[in-house]
Amino acid sequence: MTDLLTRRQVMAGISLLSLGVLAGCDPRSGGALDFKYGKDMSNKILGRSFKLKDTQGNPRTLSSFWGSMPMVFFGFTQCPAVCPTTLARAAQIKKLMGRDGGFLQVVFISLDPERDTPEVLDAYVKAFDPSFVALSGTLEETAAAAKEFGVFYEKVPSGDTYTISHTSTSYVFDSRGQLRLGLSHSLTAKECTEDLLTVMEVC
Amino acid sequence: MRYPAQPFKRTLAALALIGLALPAMADTSVSDAWVRATVPHQQSTGAFMTLTASSDSKLVDVQSPVAEIVQVHQMTMDNDVMGMKQVHSVDLPAGKAVSLDPNGYHVMLMKLKQQIKEGEQVPLTLVIEDAKGQKQTLEVKAPVRALNAEAMHGHEHMH
Repeated sequence: MTDLLTRRQVMAGISLLSLGVLAGCDPRSGGALDFKYGKDMSNKILGRSFKLKDTQGNPRTLSSFWGSMPMVFFGFTQCPAVCPTTLARAAQIKKLMGRDGGFLQVVFISLDPERDTPEVLDAYVKAFDPSFVALSGTLEETAAAAKEFGVFYEKVPSGDTYTISHTSTSYVFDSRGQLRLGLSHSLTAKECTEDLLTVMEVC
Repeated sequence: MRYPAQPFKRTLAALALIGLALPAMADTSVSDAWVRATVPHQQSTGAFMTLTASSDSKLVDVQSPVAEIVQVHQMTMDNDVMGMKQVHSVDLPAGKAVSLDPNGYHVMLMKLKQQIKEGEQVPLTLVIEDAKGQKQTLEVKAPVRALNAEAMHGHEHMH
């Protein structure tokens, strides 16, 4: 009798658990998440089908990062302000996440393929953390990827050269490739980490 | 009577000299100057510092032997879109510390002639113009910090 009850309890526990997992990961549920600092983007379909190359020349899509928690950020290596501070923040977040940090995959997409050669891009992102990945494409592929994310960017002529104004949001997907979280540039590493751990609880 | 008068006169003379010297040399001090390191073949980087002018002045030009183009830029944030534009001067109100940091005005070193390595020093020449249009140049040697150096000010205090 006692044995039976215990088994029932266990079964109940298991079904509750799987319910929770299903609810969180099921795209139909929308699965709105309660973030403290970032923007919940669970109901947005962005960045699903970009096709770019990593610095080794391998084609990469969103599905290349399944099983990890990709955090995607657009920028360019000549950017003196937002890009290095965002990447430095990402490196700090990874440390703050402790053991879970290995789950975070930082993906830097270049908005300046004309100047950001794979060699420069590779050295640049790895200076922040050796695990960071940089992607780039042709001008058309870059424009298509930015459009898919709703990322605004434009070249600003500056004397003989140019700089680029661009959206500075970091986009976070869960391990099944569903967009979850938008992190603004103004948030601190600690604030981002709290929200990223919320994403991890779900998927 | 004569003896005590002498040092007094001297003091007066010295004071008069200082008084003359002050308006002629609107002094600007530079602190916490640094340049962000680059990786090989990266073509530009930023220089950051805090400027304090003793009288109302403007930073009107920056030169450096390490870059072909040196400009002052202003970073703006609008709806999480980072905007970058060149400015031709930065106001330095008397006595107010004006910070050139990654979150606002900063110096852009573009078309770099060499890789900027951590631990090196980058010479910068700042041209400051006071309210009367008199120009003063300041030589600064800015130490190079790691590419992943955090902004010293601002970021944690933004909200």
